[in-house]
Amino acid sequence: MRYLPQTKQSRAEMLQAVGASSVDELFKDVPKDAFIDGLANLPLHQGELEVERALGAYANQNMAAPEGPFFLGAGTYYHHIPASVDTIIQRSEYLTAYTPYQPEIAQGTLQMIFEFQTFIAQLTGQEVANASLYDGATATAEAALMAMRVTKRSKVVIGNALHPHYRGTLKSYMGNLGSTLEDGAPDDDTACVIIQSPDFYGKPELYEDWRRQCNETGALLVVVVNEIVSLGLLPAPVEADIVCGEAQSIGLPMSFGGPHLGFFACQEKYLRQMPGRLCGMTEDKDGKRGFVLTLSTREQHIRREKATSNICTNQGLCALAFTVHMSLLGEDGFRQLAKLNHEAACRLADGVAQVKGVKLLSETFFNEFVIELSKPSTEVVEALISKGIVAGYALDDNQLLLCATEMTTDVDIELLCDALKEVLA
Amino acid sequence: MSAEANRGLHYEENLLWEKERCDHPGVDFPEPQNTALRTGTGARGPIGLPQVSEPQAIRHFVKMSTWNYSIDHGLFPLGSCTMKHNPRLNEKLARLPGFAQIHPMQPESTVQGALKLMYELQNWLAELTGLPGVCLAPAAGAHGELAGVMTIKRAHEQLGNKGRTVMLIPDSAHGTNPATAAMCGYSVKTISTKDTGRLTVAAFMEALGDGKDVAGMMVTNPNTCGLFESEMQEIAHILHKAGGYFYCDGANFNALVGKIRPGAFGVDVMHINLHKTFSTPHGGGGPGSGPICTTEELAPYVPVPTVAKDGETYSLEWEDARPDTLGRLKAFQGQFGMHVRALAYMMSHGADGLKQVAEDAVLSANYIMARLSDDFHVPFEGPCMHECLLSDKNQKDAGVTTLDMAKALCENGFHPMTVYFPLVVSGAMLIEPTETESKETIDGFISVMKDFAADVRAGDTDKFHEFPESTPRRRLDEVKAARNPVLRWSGS
Repeated sequence: MRYLPQTKQSRAEMLQAVGASSVDELFKDVPKDAFIDGLANLPLHQGELEVERALGAYANQNMAAPEGPFFLGAGTYYHHIPASVDTIIQRSEYLTAYTPYQPEIAQGTLQMIFEFQTFIAQLTGQEVANASLYDGATATAEAALMAMRVTKRSKVVIGNALHPHYRGTLKSYMGNLGSTLEDGAPDDDTACVIIQSPDFYGKPELYEDWRRQCNETGALLVVVVNEIVSLGLLPAPVEADIVCGEAQSIGLPMSFGGPHLGFFACQEKYLRQMPGRLCGMTEDKDGKRGFVLTLSTREQHIRREKATSNICTNQGLCALAFTVHMSLLGEDGFRQLAKLNHEAACRLADGVAQVKGVKLLSETFFNEFVIELSKPSTEVVEALISKGIVAGYALDDNQLLLCATEMTTDVDIELLCDALKEVLA
Repeated sequence: MSAEANRGLHYEENLLWEKERCDHPGVDFPEPQNTALRTGTGARGPIGLPQVSEPQAIRHFVKMSTWNYSIDHGLFPLGSCTMKHNPRLNEKLARLPGFAQIHPMQPESTVQGALKLMYELQNWLAELTGLPGVCLAPAAGAHGELAGVMTIKRAHEQLGNKGRTVMLIPDSAHGTNPATAAMCGYSVKTISTKDTGRLTVAAFMEALGDGKDVAGMMVTNPNTCGLFESEMQEIAHILHKAGGYFYCDGANFNALVGKIRPGAFGVDVMHINLHKTFSTPHGGGGPGSGPICTTEELAPYVPVPTVAKDGETYSLEWEDARPDTLGRLKAFQGQFGMHVRALAYMMSHGADGLKQVAEDAVLSANYIMARLSDDFHVPFEGPCMHECLLSDKNQKDAGVTTLDMAKALCENGFHPMTVYFPLVVSGAMLIEPTETESKETIDGFISVMKDFAADVRAGDTDKFHEFPESTPRRRLDEVKAARNPVLRWSGS
């Protein structure tokens, strides 16, 4: 077996050193009936070629985004990833390292996390950010839990159209603690109000009024962003107490829903209630600048049942992909990217609005918007799949959520419009 | 930090924000047309991001990478973390466009290969654990724990079992266990294991009481002292009779894989760390993946979605198909990229290779324990499973602690073991070599550890407080970092 370096001889030598006559002697504490009789009912080992052939065939059964025009967003976005991002994240030193518990031999990961935290804080207009969380949905749930700790209140209010998966995740997390989840506006019992921007239907939010309502009730304002590219064009949500969401758009492939990259930023006054890992600057014994994981007294390995969260990992390698991509984009590139996304969406909106049977419902948007069709949207999506086009996310009834990014070409838009004309005719 | 600080292949590297600003970015885009905004908002002002060209960016991250130790450098014997070799085939496969470039909300007819892969991974995990209800959705180990304990909570709710508010947890447990129980609204009652490093029926019975308020028990088996819980079956039996469920933390499944089925020692639900046992890379702290496996009885309650097969068609099952589910715990269907890697790993090893994994991992850990037992204190008698527990009891009176030896390992080109965990042993050193280390590598580690013990015996101890000296940084001031937190760059 190619991944196992022990030999017959080395095993025999080790057994002798241990003083056991067989390896099964070492398993003497295990009850007899827990052993698998012989081998598990599974195939035997295979060579690299065989595994590659078998799983390659599975991959070929899927319709990958580059195969045709692609207009699906809804919380996961199809963006270009520079080649150097994947080159860097496949370096052994990053890929095969552990959480940086021994900072003397993990400064590469630690400095990267410090840069990641800085990028997230800058993009969100917040004072501090953590080292990342699993995804946008769990980051939103963690924000609600944190708001409950800060305010000592147990009601969470969803203020606008939140991604349905985020809503579902919140419901599960809240339900554990007997707290309530409502839609509408905050009142005096509300721990936080959650606002997604752009909302699930692509509409950018204005925060002033929500901020005022939060000031009046003492609730925290949580802003959720799941298309982080939008922060290159839309104003930063500086009014928020917590900004969290999904950063998959920068550096990470869609990968059928994961691994993606949850982020979490907030005002510094809430620092000690934050969930997740934090990296901080310090000095070594020789006075040289270095970085360590810090404020771990919030965390499960110290605080156990009193921890701010049960989280112990972040999405380290995903945070690296994000950080490399952001370093390549820089200020000018990130802003250009955001603008290109918006302009592609404007062209797409204008294009499909010309098709008979299509009505543009969204008045304002970033890179995603809703259209109404003269036929049920699920039928239209299926019909377009047979023409090689991934058309978008079918909402209730006849509505369709369409997304454009820098990947969307004028030819793609033309193909979609021609196909829609046929399908809706 | 200036370039003059570089020596040989040892580089200093500034933060991105401290580098000379390039007047153009490291990407080339078509010029935006600057048409009127239709966002309904104002426009973003300056963000303050740095800017470098591609060669500058690549050098930045490559130089920083040289400051990291990794499994590809050498032994990484972190106990309970299972740092094993990460096959590159798995990386290649996860990057195939048919896996990496598919959207989680595409029509199911266009992702049949991905669903088939998930379905087969579910089957492999069910067969290996003996627990047929599998949900791949949880994002990491701690998230799998949350999913597992919520599954128990949901089952009690749906079955109308009231008043079960307590979770029993041994004092040797990972900190995530009590933190997870608290997130689920349970109060934690501790089972003592201090004397033997093992869970005993007597200590369990004492914590259980009449059992009427007990929802379940969270136990890691093999436990965090590296021992198999020999009274597990009987304890599970008593717990079940009292109406509680047994959650097993699967962090240490590498000792059992392909050889022993946890379902057979009474486990009702357990999470599996694909990033430990099944070798998806740790990536400097994630992404992980923490599927859960349950008995038939608990299967209806696990999170959505799960993958079902009907004829030759695969589909995701949601609340409408699974009305008793606890709901969803993240967006979409899990860390799919990790599912690809884990299945590739399993297929590469096969039933025979996986069994060999468990045997080699256990043999190597026992070998280390046997070779070091004359030099270091062994708190609990073996045989151990895939990790062995030592302590600094023989060294600390001479002023050399577990921390000092960990830092001395850094100086000698090894990553340290897990230190000061489990908490039940003072100065704990938990060593997990894994099956992907050769005897030669393990002997090198043993030899360095023996040298430390000899140095302490000879009174040559001062140097231990100075280590490490040859690493990119020496011991870092963690108190300063916590007292005055600087968590982002904000100008010099």
